Amino acid sequence: MTITLTINNEAITVPEETTILNAARHLGITIPTLCYDPRLSVSGACRICVVEVEGLDNLVPACAYPVSEGLVVRTNTYAVRKARKTIIELLLANHPHDCLICVRNGNCQLQDLATEYGVREWRWQGKTRHYDKDVSSTALERDPNKCILCGKCVKICKEIQTVSALDFTKRGFSTLVESALHRPLAETVCVLCGQCLLSCPTAAIRDKSHIKQVRRNLDNTDRYCVVQVAPAIRASIGEEFGLEPGTLVTGKLATALRRLGFRQVFDTDFGADLAVMEEGYELIDRLKNGGVLPMFTSCSPGWIKFMEHFYPVLIPHMSSCKSPQQMTGSLIKSYFAEKEGLDPKDIYVVAVMPCSAKKFESLRPDMEHDGHRDVDAVLTTRELARILNIYGIQLDVLPESDFDKPLGISSGAGVMFGVTGGMMEGALRTVSELVTGETLERLEFHQLRGYAGVKESSCLIGDKELRLAVAHGLGNARAVIDKILAGKVEYDFVEVMACPGGCVGGGGQPIPSTPDIVKRRIEAIFSEDRRNHIRKAHENPAIKELYATYLGEPMGEKAHKLLHTSYSPRLPKGI
Amino acid sequence: MTTVIESEAGRRVNLDAVRDILRARKELLPRHLIAVLQEVQDVYGYLPEPALEEISYGLNVPLARVYGVCTFYSQFRMAPLGKYIIKVCDGTACHVRGSNDLLEELKTQLGIHPGQTTEDGLFSFETVMCIGACGLAPVIMIGDETYGKLTPGKLSEVLDSYRRMEE
Repeated sequence: MTITLTINNEAITVPEETTILNAARHLGITIPTLCYDPRLSVSGACRICVVEVEGLDNLVPACAYPVSEGLVVRTNTYAVRKARKTIIELLLANHPHDCLICVRNGNCQLQDLATEYGVREWRWQGKTRHYDKDVSSTALERDPNKCILCGKCVKICKEIQTVSALDFTKRGFSTLVESALHRPLAETVCVLCGQCLLSCPTAAIRDKSHIKQVRRNLDNTDRYCVVQVAPAIRASIGEEFGLEPGTLVTGKLATALRRLGFRQVFDTDFGADLAVMEEGYELIDRLKNGGVLPMFTSCSPGWIKFMEHFYPVLIPHMSSCKSPQQMTGSLIKSYFAEKEGLDPKDIYVVAVMPCSAKKFESLRPDMEHDGHRDVDAVLTTRELARILNIYGIQLDVLPESDFDKPLGISSGAGVMFGVTGGMMEGALRTVSELVTGETLERLEFHQLRGYAGVKESSCLIGDKELRLAVAHGLGNARAVIDKILAGKVEYDFVEVMACPGGCVGGGGQPIPSTPDIVKRRIEAIFSEDRRNHIRKAHENPAIKELYATYLGEPMGEKAHKLLHTSYSPRLPKGI
Repeated sequence: MTTVIESEAGRRVNLDAVRDILRARKELLPRHLIAVLQEVQDVYGYLPEPALEEISYGLNVPLARVYGVCTFYSQFRMAPLGKYIIKVCDGTACHVRGSNDLLEELKTQLGIHPGQTTEDGLFSFETVMCIGACGLAPVIMIGDETYGKLTPGKLSEVLDSYRRMEE
């Protein structure tokens, strides 16, 4: 069944149950939204999308109003514009007036709307709220004073991530978004994935900033500052400098970091290659020796925290490998330090990550060796962009340069850690050759690619068929896990990334990070893999040298000390 | 097995009752949340935090949602009521004859706001709209006792008499 309606005197035919908002978008008519997100259930909470429908006395919210035959809609009348402006003015009446010093200044949907609708005065004065900020967690800060109660954080946490760390509490003027029992975020099931932050229209949720400590250390000449950059950054940070989503800035990024004053600019892709080696050997070991299967990947710290709260029964299934961030950090303060004759305690390792949970991961108690923390500070993509702006480094016009050796040399497998399915694809390229001893001709595993929430595949390795599953977004991961635990499906190897799209859609990425933008970043990562002449981790010469001269065998004693970790059930228990 | 645990507020909570309530139900579904909360409050007199956690696991409702529901409905209390519940009438007659002064006096004397309970657990106070004793305005009730034509001074004496009873 289709329905024909008129919007601003233009006729359009759409399927039944289309909303006015989506019908208007088909016509290229913009209707502003704050609480609407196509991935989430519709609440119609903010009313900013109100439109006029002929025959009705009241304006209706376009996001929640289904079309009907012959409907006559006007989206841009005086009454509509006036109502929207009033809504903005009312939101501003109970919102801090500190835009100039706000972290979201220039990237705030409320600010944008106030500009668009020409708000020029504080029209309403009334009671305002004053709540304490929650700075308890190691990655995310919440400022309820800036919250406009759109509810997107609540819904993304519940519907996409199935974590439900946040919900509305109280009612009326006292309504608030809070964690359970008013507990600090650090004492809840929050996995610090940061998807709420990405969806927040204002600065009510933001990074726990490491900018100050990084700058202080860069200014300290006694400190030997080293940086490592995650795969996903090269495909996204350009957006912070006005480049199109999906623009690769690998070489410019290396130059920018060098200009900031880092003595060595390394690539977390190197650590990713190393993770392929260790995790690949671990998988082979489990397959050969009757170990616990399926094995789950362990490079996404939001996923790890989720598993510890919600599915501690999976602990024996988890790969013991540290993430590429921690592996790289650990080797900078051991292998690299020894090579260069540096004292590890003088080295300050900064990781640039597309992820908020990486801050939490870097602080996990066992992420150290001989008293040296693997990683000292973690900057999100947004934070690095902020530092570059402070230093006046305009990334988009910089010349290109290479990462430093040896921890800047990487294969195409490493960069693929940035996207859903990529870690597994990289691992298969190596595992397959290690098991069969034959050169792998088919490098790309297209069943593992794409944006489907759960991807299943299998792969013949020697005479053994490996059963594979890839999930991104914790709701999808939960669906797979529940099926495994119920005995409905069997796999050998499961990749989980906490964030939709994988790291390119991580909670530390530029805002906005809509699915369309994330998909363009994914394409950029695949092209980076294709343009690398080394595409298998075990063929990376720097990795070969590392094992030959320092680590010995994968999964060996030294590797265990530096590159592996353990997990434990975490309270509160999630449901 | 009896589980008595200390809640965050330092109160000891015996979880047997909430477990019995959950066990007694034919089904445990998320949509039973409000009914279960009511039953639990009937037993405990309020909703202890550890009981909310039991309910969350029992009904498979995230704790943040349980807490959201508890704080949304005014019928639910997150802290026990005091031994003596003071109802300050703020209906029209009492309002014009100075109920506000009584409220201020109570806030000062007890150090709490309406809807709260003193730390010693002795008094809770709340405002009510009319108790049907307008001739005695301004009037309050403590338990079943009615005290009329009050002034802040007289109110203070009334509170003292209750405190003396406890000594």
